[in-house]
Amino acid sequence: MKQAIDNFARDLDPDVLFSVHSSSKVKTEKRYGILKSDYEDSDLLRRTAGQIKQHTLEHLDEYLVKAEQALIRNGAKVHWAKDGDTANQIILDIMRAKGAKRMVKSKSMVSEETELVPFLEKHGMEAVETDLGEFIVQIDNDHPSHIVTPIVHKNRQQVARSFEREGLGDYNDDPQVITQRARKFLRKKYLEGDVGLTGGNFVVAESGKIALVTNEGNARFSMAAPKLHIALVGIEKLIPNDRDLALFLALLGRSATSQQLTIYTQFISGPRGPEQPDGPEEMHVVFLDNRRTEVLASDCREILRCIRCGACLNVCPVYRQSSGHAYRSVYPGPVGAVLSPLLKGNAFPELADLPKASSLCGACNEVCPVDIPIPDLLLRLRNKGKKEGAKKASAQTPGFTMWSIMATQPAAWKAALKMGHIMNLTPHALLNVAPAAKAWQSARTLPKFQGNSFRKWMKQRKKQS
Amino acid sequence: MSDRDWILNKVKTALAPLPKRTDYPEWADTLAVTTNEPPHADRVELFQKRMEMVHGKVFDGFAAVNAYLKAEGLSHGYMDPAIQAGNEQHLQGLELEATFDRSRIDEYQFGITRATAGIAETGSMVLNDRDTSSRLGALAPWVHIAVLSKKDIYADVPTAIAALDYDPSIIIVTGPSKTADIEGILIEGVHGPGVQICCLVE
Repeated sequence: MKQAIDNFARDLDPDVLFSVHSSSKVKTEKRYGILKSDYEDSDLLRRTAGQIKQHTLEHLDEYLVKAEQALIRNGAKVHWAKDGDTANQIILDIMRAKGAKRMVKSKSMVSEETELVPFLEKHGMEAVETDLGEFIVQIDNDHPSHIVTPIVHKNRQQVARSFEREGLGDYNDDPQVITQRARKFLRKKYLEGDVGLTGGNFVVAESGKIALVTNEGNARFSMAAPKLHIALVGIEKLIPNDRDLALFLALLGRSATSQQLTIYTQFISGPRGPEQPDGPEEMHVVFLDNRRTEVLASDCREILRCIRCGACLNVCPVYRQSSGHAYRSVYPGPVGAVLSPLLKGNAFPELADLPKASSLCGACNEVCPVDIPIPDLLLRLRNKGKKEGAKKASAQTPGFTMWSIMATQPAAWKAALKMGHIMNLTPHALLNVAPAAKAWQSARTLPKFQGNSFRKWMKQRKKQS
Repeated sequence: MSDRDWILNKVKTALAPLPKRTDYPEWADTLAVTTNEPPHADRVELFQKRMEMVHGKVFDGFAAVNAYLKAEGLSHGYMDPAIQAGNEQHLQGLELEATFDRSRIDEYQFGITRATAGIAETGSMVLNDRDTSSRLGALAPWVHIAVLSKKDIYADVPTAIAALDYDPSIIIVTGPSKTADIEGILIEGVHGPGVQICCLVE
């Protein structure tokens, strides 16, 4: 049985492969360049940020209550949702209570997780994605394939055809023209919009500030035109103090898009003041669990440090060959290979193959701005998959039953070693009778059997001493 | 049980078996500050250099801004009336509205509002809501001009963040609005200004 991700990569459109591979390479190099030029020891930043996040997660009950108090003090209303359906319902209820019909939406991975847009549409609401990439994903009825650059799997010709189909103008594949058409169309949506929905990159427990970053300015517009603001955030997004923002923003901008700071970095602490003519009169914050507490209870809780920069995707040899959709979930790449199966709960076996989609090369850990030991977590999940007998967890893994019988019986082991030289005389085709052995050998060369030399060497060494 | 209590209980239960909790690390404010500029660099000069690196434009005074707008053929815009007062002689020839009318959003060629502070390290401007006379006026027109007092330029991001006081919306702007969503090609002016200008005043 081949791994699903291998099949996906094999059938990948060469154009998609080219664009994913080349853009990932460029992004990785630029990230490395800016960190190297800006800091003497950028590793110290990552390790410190990782420890701050780990500390916050391990005191999450205290920080959540602190954040709630600060948000209320600032004039926001706080809601809690144990799962995606509850969060969607809360948002629908807020809209209904205000007579709101139209939502403009900023980029938010967590709303992808709860499938908010289809839910609202089913209940007669309009919800428009305003991030250019997400807008294109929406009109194409597609899914984002990258956390930061959602349409990295599309080229300009495809986008131009979509715009033509949607009546946004004649075919024109100049990115400048496409962007200006989206600008014109979406400003109308902002002005007609009743509610702006955002995620939250960080929530400061001390002050209740919600930090939001965008390069396009769509989160800003969503909070300048509509009269209602709803922020949907995962409970893991907390950081303790305002002071921490300097460190996390420095790492996020550089890791995600090789910028010192993302162009619009906003700190939202409540509805607009009385002297400000534009912006929300009411602000709601929805804290979402959706199995994050289960992840917190697991031995993979470090993954909750993630600040969604996408650097681990860009550097990953498996992601570069397969693209984000190969991961069959909202969160792709190395972070997704850990997080997505965990967020599945009891349906973990459906994605139990993802932790195997890695050569454990460790690059994802090296680039992670919060120093998540992703390779270790992948191993823990492989173990979980094996223990729980998840079928997908053993795809393309040769059986180790024979090996474990031999390895636990010294006499059998020694006897087998003596016979080992026969292997060198056996045609390898004959060794491929078992399908697993065949799969294993399809991409690997069996080394020549060297035999008993280590044991002999040890014995001689002992004699000499 | 409410979802709130359910979630907080689950968090407590998840953390209870941990033998030891990770401490908050000690770290210096300078940790997050870039080390690639000589520390003695003049703050205003550094701000200007950094803002130009992120494709922003910096002008010294209203007269220079007016000259730029004329050269670009721009004459009609929104301007915060509070900063208009006393600067009329430098703003001649411009047709300035004192309120931003959202029903004519595309008629404004530029918007002029106040910046609360600048950040030399990153070439950014801090826009506090209470200093911004209209959120839309600072965002919707193609050209945004933020008026910044030279004395309000901070050295770096940590200093600027430490100086934040309560405001419902604080925006740190580092250049014009941009996207690279289509084939990684940089396009400026997506939803916000395509041209970001800082007008330095004493």
